[in-house]
Amino acid sequence: MSNVLAFVELTAAGTPAGTTPSLLAAATKIGTPVAVIVVAPGAAGNLPTTLGELGAAHVVVAESADASAVLVAPAVAALEAAIAELNPSVVLLANTADGREIAGRLAVRKGSSVLVDAVDIAAKGSDIVTTHSVFGGSYTTESSTTGGLVIATVRQGSPEGRTPTAKPGVTTVSVDVSGTRAGVIDSVEVQSSESSRPDLRAAERVVSGGRGLGSEEKFVLVEQLADTLGAAVGASRAAVDAGFIGQTHQVGQTGVTVSPQLYVALGISGAIQHRAGMQTAGTIVAINKDADAPIFDVADFGVVGDVFTVVPALIAELEARR
Amino acid sequence: MKIVVLMKQVPDTWGERKLDLSTGWADRSGDNVIDEINERALEVALTIADADKSSEVVVVTMAPGDVSESLKKALAMGCASAVHIVDDQLAGADVALTAAALAAAVRELGADLVVAGNESTDGRGGVVPAMIAEHLGLPHLGQLGQIEVTGSTVSGVRQLDEGTQRVHAELPSVISVNESNPDARFPSFKGIMGAKKKPVETRTLADLGVNAPGAKTTVASTVARPPRSAGTKVVDDGTAATQLADFLVSSRLV
Repeated sequence: MSNVLAFVELTAAGTPAGTTPSLLAAATKIGTPVAVIVVAPGAAGNLPTTLGELGAAHVVVAESADASAVLVAPAVAALEAAIAELNPSVVLLANTADGREIAGRLAVRKGSSVLVDAVDIAAKGSDIVTTHSVFGGSYTTESSTTGGLVIATVRQGSPEGRTPTAKPGVTTVSVDVSGTRAGVIDSVEVQSSESSRPDLRAAERVVSGGRGLGSEEKFVLVEQLADTLGAAVGASRAAVDAGFIGQTHQVGQTGVTVSPQLYVALGISGAIQHRAGMQTAGTIVAINKDADAPIFDVADFGVVGDVFTVVPALIAELEARR
Repeated sequence: MKIVVLMKQVPDTWGERKLDLSTGWADRSGDNVIDEINERALEVALTIADADKSSEVVVVTMAPGDVSESLKKALAMGCASAVHIVDDQLAGADVALTAAALAAAVRELGADLVVAGNESTDGRGGVVPAMIAEHLGLPHLGQLGQIEVTGSTVSGVRQLDEGTQRVHAELPSVISVNESNPDARFPSFKGIMGAKKKPVETRTLADLGVNAPGAKTTVASTVARPPRSAGTKVVDDGTAATQLADFLVSSRLV
């Protein structure tokens, strides 16, 4: 089987990012998964062992003095070095801000293109075919690259499955980006997660609030139901624009796309803008006082009523049944 | 300073958007508008230019057919001129060809700063700005907010999943802006009148000397998801919360 490079991003604490398991699972589906990391010289520590446990058969440790000081360039150089060493058929990256930039720059250097935001990947004959969910899941497309190295970014959380390796092989390379014009990282601030709520993108349950909540203070009701359900908190664009909650919670065309088992929409009318971000949810529940709200067209269970009456009663019901 | 803003015209996100099932390409036959993130990019560029009167902002777009309304709006907001890349060979262009064409146009203009949106609302790829930077051998600051230009340095804060990064780069540079940047200004009456006289140039791939990259991505199949249908709908008569709790329990969702 041919080598598949998976570029593993590291957190500020130096551990593999949350995107790593799905990335290695995707690599395993189409070849021999090789994790590529960039660290400061001598700083790899037990990362190869950890990556083996996550499914890497081999690890390329690229050492760069600029590992945490220069944007993207060390990662691109690391992948170039790994490509030269291991002659892979495919390079996979997480579909993150950094992953996409690294993929784009690598593609230009290698005269290739990028398959962006794959939700699945498979080998079909001699082709690598990626699956994409387009316009908020309204369409599913399959794409492939012809005429060059296959470079793809993989959506977090898909696919799943891994084969742990007890002792992955390790190749260490040294990369130097001192001659590359690149952005410089002056400081990093890790967002302290203020709650124990699940991450919106990966959550199995999501409770979102819209304009119907009325104010930032009253938006707390959304958080209360989310906590009762063990859900992540989302919001419609109207609620974000009104300042009820931060933009990172926005679900919809210009925000996050979610696909949880359960999506609860509170006081959300359900404009196409919003539906594009949640319509692939397993089950949709909507509570809205406007009986004609378009959200009811896609809801498996809709309640025409006042969120400030129904939601507290629902929380009490659910608490009582535990 | 010369600032180039990359602008994409996209199907309006407030309407229903479709793919052509035979090609997998976006259906652009409906209402097309300047992508909202590009309006923010225009605002960022014009704000920088406001602070340095010797600056000039040029808007560059690549699109099939008529983009005159979108370009007119950008010119009315304050851009000095516009370049429209249009060529039949760009039909269904992937990110590699798109980036090669845009990079060639930017190279021809000789920009000190290139401002793009972080990702378009139709393609949502988010790779093109970095690819353009690579073609031009320039730094790229992606996902950028709180943008400032001081002397020959551009700086800002990148919004990432894990947190934020304060970053800077020496000009010339490419930046791509995130949603935290301010909304676009409204064109003034004077701006609207003046826009009619501003130059709009068109360029083909041959004009720009672009050779298609050796590799490309193509869409092999496109399937539409069946529309969702409405389920149970109850009007709250005091028992809705109980009915909803019953539904969640019987569906094994709690």
